[in-house]
Amino acid sequence: MVTFKIDNKVVEAREGEYLLDVARRNGFYIPTLCHHDSLGSDGRCRLCVVEVKTKGGRKRIVTSCLYPVSKDVEEVNTSTDDVNLVRKTVLELLLARTPESELIQHLARKYGIVEPRYKKDTDKGKCILCNLCVRTCESIVGVSAIGITGKGPQKKISPPFGEASDACIGCGACVAVCPTGHIFMEDRDGIRLMWRKRFELAKCPKCGRYHAPVEQLQFISKKTNVPMEQLLICTDCR
Amino acid sequence: MELDIEKLDGIINKYGGNKSYLLGMFQDIQREYRYLPKEAVKYVCSKLNVPKAKGYELATFYKSISLVPRGKHTIHVCMGTACHLRGSPGVLEAFERELKVSKGGTTEDGLFTLETVNCLGACALAPLVRIDEKDFGKVNQTIVKNIIDDYKKSEK
Amino acid sequence: MTMTIERLEEIKRAFLLRQQVYQKTIRVCCGTGCISSGALKVLERLRDALKNEGLSERVRVVETGCHGFCERGPIVVFGENEIFYQIVGKRNLDADVKALIETVKSNTLAQNLLYTDPNDKTKKFVATSEIPFYYEQQKIVLKMNGYIDPESIEDYIANGGYTALYKALKMNPEEIIDWVDKSGLRGRGGGGFRTGRKWRSCREAQGSPKYIVANGDEGDPGAFMDRSLMEGNPHSIIEGMIIGGYAIGSNVGYIYVRDEYPLAVKRLTKAIEDARGLGLLGKGIFGTDFDFDIHIFRGGGAFVCGESTALMSSLEGRIGEPRAKYIHTVERGLWDKPTNLNNVETWACVPLIINNGWEWFASIGTKNSTGTKIFSLVGKVNNTGLVEVPMGITLRKIIYDIGGGIQKGKKFKAVQTGGPSGGCIPAEYLDTPVDFDTLTQLGSMMGSGGMIVMDERNCMVDVARYFLNFLVEESCGKCVPCREGVRRMYEIVDRICNGEGEEGDIEHLEELGRAIKLGSLCGLGQSAPNPVLSTIKYFREEYEEHIKQKKCRAGVCKPLIKISINEKCTGCMVCARNCPVGCISGEKQKLHVIDQSRCIKCQICYDVCRFDAVTIE
Repeated sequence: MVTFKIDNKVVEAREGEYLLDVARRNGFYIPTLCHHDSLGSDGRCRLCVVEVKTKGGRKRIVTSCLYPVSKDVEEVNTSTDDVNLVRKTVLELLLARTPESELIQHLARKYGIVEPRYKKDTDKGKCILCNLCVRTCESIVGVSAIGITGKGPQKKISPPFGEASDACIGCGACVAVCPTGHIFMEDRDGIRLMWRKRFELAKCPKCGRYHAPVEQLQFISKKTNVPMEQLLICTDCR
Repeated sequence: MELDIEKLDGIINKYGGNKSYLLGMFQDIQREYRYLPKEAVKYVCSKLNVPKAKGYELATFYKSISLVPRGKHTIHVCMGTACHLRGSPGVLEAFERELKVSKGGTTEDGLFTLETVNCLGACALAPLVRIDEKDFGKVNQTIVKNIIDDYKKSEK
Repeated sequence: MTMTIERLEEIKRAFLLRQQVYQKTIRVCCGTGCISSGALKVLERLRDALKNEGLSERVRVVETGCHGFCERGPIVVFGENEIFYQIVGKRNLDADVKALIETVKSNTLAQNLLYTDPNDKTKKFVATSEIPFYYEQQKIVLKMNGYIDPESIEDYIANGGYTALYKALKMNPEEIIDWVDKSGLRGRGGGGFRTGRKWRSCREAQGSPKYIVANGDEGDPGAFMDRSLMEGNPHSIIEGMIIGGYAIGSNVGYIYVRDEYPLAVKRLTKAIEDARGLGLLGKGIFGTDFDFDIHIFRGGGAFVCGESTALMSSLEGRIGEPRAKYIHTVERGLWDKPTNLNNVETWACVPLIINNGWEWFASIGTKNSTGTKIFSLVGKVNNTGLVEVPMGITLRKIIYDIGGGIQKGKKFKAVQTGGPSGGCIPAEYLDTPVDFDTLTQLGSMMGSGGMIVMDERNCMVDVARYFLNFLVEESCGKCVPCREGVRRMYEIVDRICNGEGEEGDIEHLEELGRAIKLGSLCGLGQSAPNPVLSTIKYFREEYEEHIKQKKCRAGVCKPLIKISINEKCTGCMVCARNCPVGCISGEKQKLHVIDQSRCIKCQICYDVCRFDAVTIE
């Protein structure tokens, strides 16, 4: 166990734990966008930056989501001028990228930004490229139907070749995890439309409600060996 | 399009079916077809058990890969610093004017694809232009037309 | 087969014996630069001519790697650097080849092929060592470049190759690391991190297997040191890697080579095959129980893959996105195993340290930056090419004594070092001794060794824009500050270049630059603002001129310049003929006029005018 200070308050942590978890556990506010409790982080948004002072006097700006606590950590500051400069800048940049995103508007306002000083994009929707959808699809669902394609400002979340992916099961996990609500998913007349693919929705034999895509149920059936007839019954009726 | 499955398998085997070399496989396939066909990506990915989404990520990340057919000759205008200082933007514009395509495009007759590349490492000969495997050093705007004409002549 | 020291000596003896058959040796530079200048044609014709004269059996022709003096290629050197010929075959291939044959037959010097002093046309140099470009250098890493046949492992062995490996395998791994540490060797790829320290951390790290990686992804535009080394002396890198593997406790090495360097890939591939054939790679090297093998991995045209974690990501078969380095790659690198990555130039220093001792290496250069550094000296300098100099040499000496000063008698304005991660250094610092720390203190950095010289006709705001454009294209896009911030910096600088700069733009760039430096995930983003911030630091007036007066003093930014013809015009019509849009009108021998409404500012007229009659303002 190691002890150090966060914003002048003494805290305890296990060696190797991420600073973000320690800070949150002790009631400190650190904003995040690309972090998820089930997936951890891969350090894309940079919003969770803090200033760390290590033994030897070295001060550094680091992303708390990926910075492992060690015996060398002396002090952490969650709100210095530099920390706030980085957060403000990230939010202003994201606001220019996704001006329609209510989440980004809200967060930016917290840091005093209402209008970005840059020309607003109109072709990015509300996607902040946090990559949570891709990681969820890959690690939690396990089908890896979408990817983060291209490079630089042209980076885009997409199924292979921008076409309907045969790996996509229409489960909507990506929609659930997306922080800005960017991903399009529409259920209508027994059909779900998402990622350019049409999914037939299963109709519950008991209540007649359309619930999950047939493909999704087939996937679950294959993975868990639970027979389809059982899965076709919606979760309310089971 | 018709894929030569035997050739694709050969390429996969050359790298021992090792997923880490997916990029190398894509590059070898591109050498065969002058671009990386979508079907080839799908085939290799299914053979190697790599999600097609990941294969597509790779194919779109690395600039050396082209998912669209390229012209018979690929012109690479070097935009490295030394070349920039010695006038490569002008050389690029000269190519764009002569070929009537913009950077990244292919001429209507399918003869040339015009690309830029960030430093070929022959800086003493700036501005440098590489066409297929041949390097042209100290290119200026006025000789661009001659270079293009020479290639067109050898087509006949 | 198992290599032994006796076998190694035998290969050396046999090779030297074979050379004794030859009365003369001619070395033809076949580096990428000289090949673009036509070296292969010279080689072919020379070989034919020798055959016709019945001299093939008595004259050895060696295709070597880069000699460094790329500006003057194709280069042909006689004997032990006794006669240095340049620009061979450029003006008249037949005549030049004839001259080469005459030199072979009767030692007659071809005056037109000798290097001439740019400031005194009567002064000609014969031997390589007389030429200032060369005698001011100290070649240790590039010593064999331009001398040996890079496709002959025997040539490498005959010149002492693989003796360092033999010596190292008899040493204790800890001792080797100690030597590398005491030598003061710092990473030549740009990081400047102490190599010995890195090796030690990797050796002590938990986990197995351990990996060795050579970074040959030289992406800095304007830099080609690594290319020349990989093409000209691939074995020096391989030998260094095997020694490193032994010291650290690794049995597998990877060389990551840029896709844009096909010749380097070819030469390295052959070198590895040859080394395997002689038992210098593989199982039980030199009869010890140490196994080591090397694989080549070709890059895909992504600059960001020069960053160590992005490179490893790429090697693993994924896209080249970097990751946080709070846990170093020596602890968790390739496939989460301890990995030691060094630049190819760093690896090439290792056999030298083992053979000559750490004290020898430490005695060269400065206290904190020992040894030499290879720089690619390019841009508006007379002698562009590769130079290897001891650390601590001044910028002035490199640019003027070795580089021969500024082309066309123009005035020096700045030298850009460190590639897109570095900055521009103005004239007042020309007497700065060059080393890792001094360059960083000036707001630039050593980087991989690119040294780009600029003159009064280069616009510093345009240079900043150039680097920003490069970084926007090459940004992997993973993190917000770099992906979004660098393109916004570009937009601001672009506006300034187009005459749309506003009050406050400079301060905005400084603030945004600071945020990107602090917030970016990897070195690419963290150093992306450097070109802008360093040009603002030293050339603020130029930015202000662009913004307030809408003026570009260097005559580069198109919307801010006007091209016109002045009274020096003789009416020769050359400009009008070359104008791509035909906007120059005028009769023969009468003053010509440019139609401003159609002028596209391509400046071809300026380039072709022989009378200095085109004014750019």
